[in-house]
This record gives sequence, C-alpha cells and structure tokens, in this order.
Amino acid sequence: MKLLKRFFVITLIFTLSYCANNSSEKTDAKEEKAETPKTSTRDQPNGGITLPAGFSATVFADDLGSARHIAVNANGDVYTKVGKLNDGRGILRLRDANNDGVADSISGFGNYKGSGIAIKNGYLYATSDENIYRYKLNNNGPDPASEELIVTGLVNEKQHSSKPITLDNAGNIYVNIGAPSNACQEKDRTKDSKGQDPCPILEKAAAIWQFKVGQKNQSYKEGLRYVTGIRNIMALDWNNQMNELYAVQHGRDDLNRLYPDLFSEEESVELPAEEMFLMKKGSDFGWPYCYYDQRQKKKLLSPEYGGDKVKTDRCDGKGKPIYAFPGHWGPNGLLFYTGSQFPEKYRGGAFVAWHGSWNRAPREQQGYFVTFLPFKNGMPSGEFEVFADGFAGANKTPKGATFRPCGLAQGPDGSLFICDDQKGRVWKVTYKAN
Amino acid sequence: MIRQLSVAILLIVVLFIIGCSDESISQKTMEKGKKIYNTYCLSCHMEDAMGVPRLNPPLAGSELLLKEKTKPIRIVLRGSEELKGETDSEYTNTMMGLGTLSDQEIADVLTYARNSFGNKAPKINESDVKNERTKLK
Repeated sequence: MKLLKRFFVITLIFTLSYCANNSSEKTDAKEEKAETPKTSTRDQPNGGITLPAGFSATVFADDLGSARHIAVNANGDVYTKVGKLNDGRGILRLRDANNDGVADSISGFGNYKGSGIAIKNGYLYATSDENIYRYKLNNNGPDPASEELIVTGLVNEKQHSSKPITLDNAGNIYVNIGAPSNACQEKDRTKDSKGQDPCPILEKAAAIWQFKVGQKNQSYKEGLRYVTGIRNIMALDWNNQMNELYAVQHGRDDLNRLYPDLFSEEESVELPAEEMFLMKKGSDFGWPYCYYDQRQKKKLLSPEYGGDKVKTDRCDGKGKPIYAFPGHWGPNGLLFYTGSQFPEKYRGGAFVAWHGSWNRAPREQQGYFVTFLPFKNGMPSGEFEVFADGFAGANKTPKGATFRPCGLAQGPDGSLFICDDQKGRVWKVTYKAN
Repeated sequence: MIRQLSVAILLIVVLFIIGCSDESISQKTMEKGKKIYNTYCLSCHMEDAMGVPRLNPPLAGSELLLKEKTKPIRIVLRGSEELKGETDSEYTNTMMGLGTLSDQEIADVLTYARNSFGNKAPKINESDVKNERTKLK
C-alpha cells in the first residue's frame, strides 16, 4: 500500500512536469523574436550611410523621433515636421551656429503632428493632416504667435492623410490630398470587391490642390484642383528652372493578393511603377481606373475596372509618367538640386528619398535609399543611380530598418539634407573635390 | 489492491487529460496556422509580424491579439471595420475581413499567431470562432 502511494506521487509529479515542459516546448518551438539592433551608427563614417566618392555626411541631428519632411532657411536654420510630437512640439528648429555640420541647439513649437514643411519668401509653412499653417520668419526664427491658418478642412481619413507641400513663385501653395484608399474599391483592399465608378474620392482627394499663400481659412471652395487622378504623393517639388510642378507617386498595392488569378507574385512585386510626373495644370494621371505597367510602357485598365493586363480603354488619354521606377519603393521626398556645390552632373537633376517597400513581401524588400536622376530641359536625361545607401542596416524590413529616408532639402551653400522618420536622424551631405 | 491500482491509473490518465489537453497546442495546428498566416496575413503584417510603421500594426506583442479571445476572432471575421472609431491607432491601412476562411482555419491561424513571434497565449478553438460568427449574424 505504501509502495502504491509512493508510485502514485512519483507518477503525479512526472505527469505534471511532463505537461508543463511539453506545452512550453511546443509553443516556443522555433520562434524567434525580432530585435531592433542597438548599434550606434552615429560615430560611423558618414553617420552610417554610403555616398559616392568626394561626398561626406555628418549627423546633423539625431533621435528626433519621426522627422518626416525638412526645409532649410536662407540663414542655414533647418526645420523639420515631425510625425510624432517631440516633447509636445510638432516643428523643430535645428541650428548649427558654429557651422560644423552638427546642430548645436534644437528648439520647437507648433503642437500638432504632420508631415509637410516648406519655406518661401520669409514664411515657414507646415501641415497637419487636415490644415496648412504659416509663420513669419525673422532673424531669430519663426514667431509662433504669428501662426496663421491658411487652409483647413482637407480630407483626413487616416490612410494616405499626410499633406506634403511645395510653393511656386506666383504666390501659390500646392498640397497633396491622398486618396484614403488603395484602388477605390467598394470595400478597400478587399478581394472580389468592385471598383466604384465613378470613384467618389476624386471629388476632394486623389489630387494636388492649389491655394493662395496669403489668404486665411481657405478650404475646397477657395482652392483649385490642380491635377487629379493620383493615388498618394509624398515626393513633391516645384521646379524653379522649369516653373512647373513635379512629383513621384506611391503606386497601388496588392495586385497579386487581390487578383491572384491574373497577377503572379513576381508581377505584383514589380508592378505598377512608382511614376514620376510632370504635373501640368489640369492633368489627370488616371487613378483609380488606370495603373502604369513599366514593362509594356502603357497605362492599363485596373483590374477593379475590368482590366486584364492588356486593355487600355479609358486610360488612353491619361497622363503618362516622365520616368518609371520599380514598384513599391515608396517615394517620400523629391528635390531638384539647384546648388553649385555638387558636381555639374547633379545640377538641375532630381534626388528622390525612398522610404522602402513593404508590399514586396514575402520577397526581399527594396528601396531604403536616396537616388539621383539626371535632368535636361525639365526631362530625365539618363537612368537613375543610387546616391546614398545603407540606411536600413542589416534588416531591410519596414520595422527592422535602422533608418528610412523620408525628406530632402537643400541648404543655402548647396549641401543636401536627408531626414529619417524611423528614429529621427538628419544627415548633412557635402561635397569636396580632391 | 488491483482495484486501488486501477483507480490510481485512471486518476493519472484523467490528470494527463486535464493537465495537457486544454493548454497544449499540437505541432500540426501550428503548421496549419503558419500556412494560413503566410497566405493571408504575411503580406501586410510581415514575415516577422512586426508590421509596417504607420500602416499595418505588428502582431508580435499585440494586446488586441493576446489579451483575450473574442476581439481577435472578430477582427479576422470583420477586418479593420471591427476597430472603427475604437482606437486612436497610428496604423492607417484597411484590413479586409477573412470570413471566407472556415472556423477551424481561423482558430488555427489565431492560435499560431498567438504562439509565435515571441507571443504566448491560450489556444483558440473552432467552437470559439463558431460562437463569434453566430453572434455576428
């Protein structure tokens, strides 16, 4: 009897420990926790990025949080609009008083988050996801008390709600109002859901709108829909040499996931192109009805509207890109280089900051760099090349990337500023001939 | 004596069933769940389930996924519509509902996601999904 009791107790202990081990073994098996590498790239050459020969970079500012877009004043002060408030501040001024390439004082104002920022004729312009504000700049910087709300009530339905801006030389400001949708389906990003026809989003979004710089409280009725048929634009710049608006579009996602019988995984990864546009007033670039196939060099009818990879139909008259980049790289910043510090080939050409893809999964992600595209007479005059790279580090995934290039600006001496919205680093890139 | 022994053995068997069955997750469930994850979830939530900043939320360490059972089931059935007006989330993309998957498939993929990527949470059963689906009808 005693023996039986002992046997029972031993077996009980064994049973319980077997259960505990077994369940933990099963659930923990083969799972790895992704970790963000904690390497400091700040002290590495060029602040952890690679550049062509003759160029070097300093870490101008670091750990700002989410530096979305960036602008430089004539006195060299750098301003960045942050996507997450930094100590309650939505706009940060980075000042490098001793001109050593590293900001020595950082101050801020504007208690709203957002993406867009620009400087023109003594004013700083910044955007939330609904509004455009401006501030008078004096020698010390902007006076927060001078804040004026110039545009208000723009569509913000979360998806594609960033409002990047640029200004022309005739007193106008241009703002992207992204489509809160992938392809204007009745149910967004949903398999077997039809495209809405006509797409009601086009009325107030999926466009670049033009407003006056010096008029308060404008909204849709005071504005002009300058170009339409764009999905979402982050990379936007007024080309002063041509006196025209240029942009690079975020093309649509998910051709394979939504139409697996029509598009292979490989096609879905490369298509459609990220299109660069010359945006003449009144242009229609075709979203959501059309997408650009860079292999066929054609605007094709979207599958949501009966497209079959061949039909062009109503896309025949739509605006074509002036250059087509591979799919899903995520163009987040555009800058036409007007300085004289960089070598001849860069002058008048376009830098693009690529945020880096996600819609290429499960294949390898791409982008996460800054490219350069040469221009002549307002049109691309060659192929793009990678200018600055190494931002992502070892883990080229949206969350795992160390940095993601997001905004570009040019300093008064012709230096190039690049900002990142993953951690909030700002690089200052300069050139010195040997 | 024989009677006592058989009671003891019966007790042990019962203990095995109570102690193991509820919490244990078979390798087969994990494999089936992973396959569904790779087909329907990976393209947005990513291979490492870390998501895409500002667009698609991570599932690794996700409170919505791990805290209890009904919410994640409802999100899979209804997509991001289930979260409309509820969260002030930074993530802006739409998720489609996956109600075309079977109760068992949804249970498997949720069990997989709740016990992968560093996550650990109780198994979701076919009957749990069935209950929620009925409530939504």
